[in-house]
Amino acid sequence: MKLRNIVVRRLLQLVSVALGVTIINFFLLQLAPGDAAQVLAGEAGAATPEYMAALRAQFGLDQPLLVQFWKYILNLAHFNLGYSFRHGMPVAQLIGERVPATLLLMGASILFAVMAGATLGAIAAYRAGRIADVVISTLALVFFATPLFWIGLMLVVVFSVWLDWLPVGGMFTIEAGYTGWKYILDVARHLVLPAVTLGLFYMAVYTRLMRATMVEVRRQDFVRTAVAKGARPPRVLFAHVLRNALLPLVTMLGVQVSSIIGGAVLVETVFSWPGLGRLAFEALFQRDFNLLLGILLCSSIVVIVVNWVVDFVYTRLDPRIRFA
Amino acid sequence: MNKKVFKLLGATALTLAFAANAMAQTRGGTLTAIIQPEPVILTSALNTAAPTGFFSANVFDGLVEYDNDFKLRPALAESWDVSKDSKTLTFHLRRGVKWHDGKPFTSADVKWTLENVWKKIHPRNQIIYGTVTGVDTPDDYTVIIRFSEPSLAVLSSLNSNGAQVLPKHLYEGTDILNNPYNNKPVGTGPFVFKEWSRGNYITLERNPDYWDKSKVGSKGVSKPYLDKIIFKVVPDAGARAAALEKGEAQYAPFSPVPLKDAERLAKLPGLKLETRGYDWISPWLFLDVNVDRPYFKDARVRQALAYAIDLNAFNKVVWYGFGKPAISPVVSTLKQFHTDDVPKYGYDPKKAEALLDEAGLKRGADGVRLRINLDYLPYGDDYKRSGEYIKQALKRVGIDVNVRAQDTPTYTKRVYGDRDYDLSVVWFAGFADPLVGVTRAYWSDSVGKNIPWSNGSGYRNAEADKLIEQAQSSASQAERVALFKKLQQRVQADLPSIPLLELHFFTVQAANLKDTVAGVDQIYSSLKNAWFDSAPKVANATQATASVTPQAAK
Repeated sequence: MKLRNIVVRRLLQLVSVALGVTIINFFLLQLAPGDAAQVLAGEAGAATPEYMAALRAQFGLDQPLLVQFWKYILNLAHFNLGYSFRHGMPVAQLIGERVPATLLLMGASILFAVMAGATLGAIAAYRAGRIADVVISTLALVFFATPLFWIGLMLVVVFSVWLDWLPVGGMFTIEAGYTGWKYILDVARHLVLPAVTLGLFYMAVYTRLMRATMVEVRRQDFVRTAVAKGARPPRVLFAHVLRNALLPLVTMLGVQVSSIIGGAVLVETVFSWPGLGRLAFEALFQRDFNLLLGILLCSSIVVIVVNWVVDFVYTRLDPRIRFA
Repeated sequence: MNKKVFKLLGATALTLAFAANAMAQTRGGTLTAIIQPEPVILTSALNTAAPTGFFSANVFDGLVEYDNDFKLRPALAESWDVSKDSKTLTFHLRRGVKWHDGKPFTSADVKWTLENVWKKIHPRNQIIYGTVTGVDTPDDYTVIIRFSEPSLAVLSSLNSNGAQVLPKHLYEGTDILNNPYNNKPVGTGPFVFKEWSRGNYITLERNPDYWDKSKVGSKGVSKPYLDKIIFKVVPDAGARAAALEKGEAQYAPFSPVPLKDAERLAKLPGLKLETRGYDWISPWLFLDVNVDRPYFKDARVRQALAYAIDLNAFNKVVWYGFGKPAISPVVSTLKQFHTDDVPKYGYDPKKAEALLDEAGLKRGADGVRLRINLDYLPYGDDYKRSGEYIKQALKRVGIDVNVRAQDTPTYTKRVYGDRDYDLSVVWFAGFADPLVGVTRAYWSDSVGKNIPWSNGSGYRNAEADKLIEQAQSSASQAERVALFKKLQQRVQADLPSIPLLELHFFTVQAANLKDTVAGVDQIYSSLKNAWFDSAPKVANATQATASVTPQAAK
């Protein structure tokens, strides 16, 4: 297929999915009882009819639903995500402020999960049935089954409160006002616990996946052939076994990247990490629908793009698969 | 040396140290406070939510401050007079006060804010300033407010939370609710706004030109003492407890940790629990009864509910003693207005059963008289457990309660809008004058208008309405006190809502952070009097070993 056709088709797909997600979300959110004005008045601890009316007029909630929807779609068509009246800021700016923190956390936790998971899985596969395998598989099962927030809190209790090695939460030491390398080091220290907490579940998934696939691939004829023709063990491992065992891992990686905002809500809350997941979660409780719709739209685009990347990586790993 | 002597010596040394330090305010240090939830907006003139009030009092002064006896102390207003007919209020403003951007603070700012914000937007003040007919500013430092009817409650609400003055030069002619300065406030207060990183922190720096130049202490330093305040957003209660325990934060108001953790934290040598500074809020927890339900129309049924709940046990079990059984919606710390001459409902399940029988709600074959729902304020575990305790208590007298959970907007719509509920557990702030915070729970005018924190029970009583209206416009404080006492007797006889506890909120703070409480409204006042007895612990790797951690001290 021609490249131009591929690009056009993919873009059309992107726009239609994004539009569908927006429409569904917009009307689904209307089902939640109460509105943003009510939340604000509720938080204020007191209210009068005049105050409520002023808030509703400010938020545009006094307009009919379809008018609100039409305005939202018009804004989107101009690449404008709208305005969060609650925060007194454009949605795009709010999201932009939080994206770096989330990307950092996401990147670190994925890196940790993939590296640790693949390594542990490979070791377990090579030692299948022996003590190392039993230990790794048991650990994987434990992390697979334990709730995220609990792991997070336990890590805080052990490494921050008892041992006093790492900070309790936040992204950097605000009081210290570090710059340059000191700042980077400080952020890294703050990153360890949340990244590990967020990564542990997927590490367990990758470990199990890697172990299962490698055990299976090792039994295949082409591996036996490679060994028989005299290839060295590292070459057998990396060029023959690992490469073929990676496909399921890449599929799972796509799933992890797509679902990370959901998991990030808990981890960002427990570790006071100023990221996007918490922003989305709070927006829901605050009925700040412009903001929530913006975040949902952005994350749906992320999911689509990640799927493209996964499709593309498949073609590199397995030349039999074509990118279309 | 035996242990006892050692302890005694320690105590003496501590007393001596305290005596010496009482006058040794020192400048400097960064205070890290926990603010939770994150404020929506940084000016409490436009939103009276607790976190906004706690934060913004440091940036904005009030016209007055309150001391520990609800008495007025000068702030932006140096003096004030009330005319004989109580219809004219005159403020003489402090001279030489500057906004943080250098412009002078004048009577024009007060007039503009009163006419455009307090009267129109402030969520609580319309009952106070609604009858203002005119504001005169004969010169830059005099404000004369004229009311069509006396409005004595105004004197109870002139601090930074009730009467926050906004800079006219930055607000005039703008869309007030969308003004960018709402989120980068410019005030006259002891601390200057620096930065707000959303979801993360807000920083304030010392105002070197603060008007309060009175030199205090042997070293003769002037207010404010702290160099910097950082308000950290820490959404998880467990993480808040850990941050306080580790010393990463030194000040956290509004009961920041679960009650069961509070006791443990209070025992750590580096921390202390402070329950003063909340009296101006006058919070009371109560059980709203939907009187529009056919089975709750009879006052005897509502009284039976009250008889069935053992408030002493409730206070101990659910609230770990952070409360006091309430007998009236006007809490006992408001000595002027509170009366204990009201019908009381001590724990008496037999009487409760008798009243229910009398009202025709007999036990069925399964021992159940009535099946109802209870909704609780979704502000955390303490409210949920309150609901569960009441469920157990009412079960004993044959009422089967189903406890329901929901989020805040769903809850307020259910109770104040749809009125589709039976019982609801909630707390209100009564404030320093019952007219501001208490009467809203009983005034029939606000029933079912979907206004959060108004009359949720649906109580409509002509006598109560009349008492409230009279108290609003009476020119004599003595008469108002008498009216409010009558109102308490009326509503405690009818019992549309059952007072449960006078709540005692607490602050967790570092033990070496001194003078954090200067008045009954401290929680909505600035920390200009606060100072560190020694440099605060900076929590990071390089210094963690050098400083004394609570664990090491233990």
